[in-house]
Amino acid sequence: MDWQTWAMAGLGGGTIGVAAATLLALTGKTAGISGVLDGLVRVERGQLDWKIPFVLGLVAGGVAMVFLLPENLAETGLRSWPLMIVAGLLVGFGTRLGGGCTSGHGVCGIGRLSVRSVVGTVTFIAFGAATVLAARLIEGA
Amino acid sequence: MAKPIVAFLCGILFAGGLVVSQMTLPTRVTGFLDFFGRWDPTLMFVMGGAIAVYLPVWTFMRGRRPVFAAVALPRKVAHDLDARLFIGAGIFGIGWGMAGICPGPGVVLLGRGSVDFALFVAAMLAGMLLHKAVPRKQIAAAMG
Repeated sequence: MDWQTWAMAGLGGGTIGVAAATLLALTGKTAGISGVLDGLVRVERGQLDWKIPFVLGLVAGGVAMVFLLPENLAETGLRSWPLMIVAGLLVGFGTRLGGGCTSGHGVCGIGRLSVRSVVGTVTFIAFGAATVLAARLIEGA
Repeated sequence: MAKPIVAFLCGILFAGGLVVSQMTLPTRVTGFLDFFGRWDPTLMFVMGGAIAVYLPVWTFMRGRRPVFAAVALPRKVAHDLDARLFIGAGIFGIGWGMAGICPGPGVVLLGRGSVDFALFVAAMLAGMLLHKAVPRKQIAAAMG
């Protein structure tokens, strides 16, 4: 049993919860990352005052963690460049059509006991699992 | 000025949580999705930990006005289900299972300076633009 990894996972998850809950309690905004990024590409005027600094904070946090916990950040992707691009397109389009990702539906939505978010989360986990299974069969591993 | 500062600090904290919980290792994510192989429950603890903090704060805040907001938070929560939700979440799930990256870790991994993640994030933003470019009516029609 890898209990140390799971304890760190709970701690890290709790930290994500504190970040999302603080943003909600102080500014009333939802820390759904796909929604935040969508606001940037759409140049959503009324929301840029918090969405831009939030994304800058995510990147700054990533840079800082490369120094603090480098072993926790992958150096390369799992797939070839063409497949990374296909995956990115699917994630971008799908999260906007479905109205949320792991943070928006999975944390903030379930954290409001939203039936829509619970169903959305179960759906993307199911399709993710089917994809991993398909990849395993194709690769014969 | 308070709102951007709060957002920036929350972004840093959010990134820290993702890295501490190893969500910036795509193999952790694909391991969680590998129900028919060696299942790795790590992601479940991450989501559980985050919800455990968020849920009580939301319950307290609903209907109340946040300090740096003009209006109170709505009490209403979305419970409706439609084709957009199922198809969108399904498409997202396929991409998520392929790369083991969702939007949050994707942005945080930009800090690594690797072309792999930069390509993923650029394509993800393009996918969002693509969704914006297809008119809502057309999407509704395609879904019957």
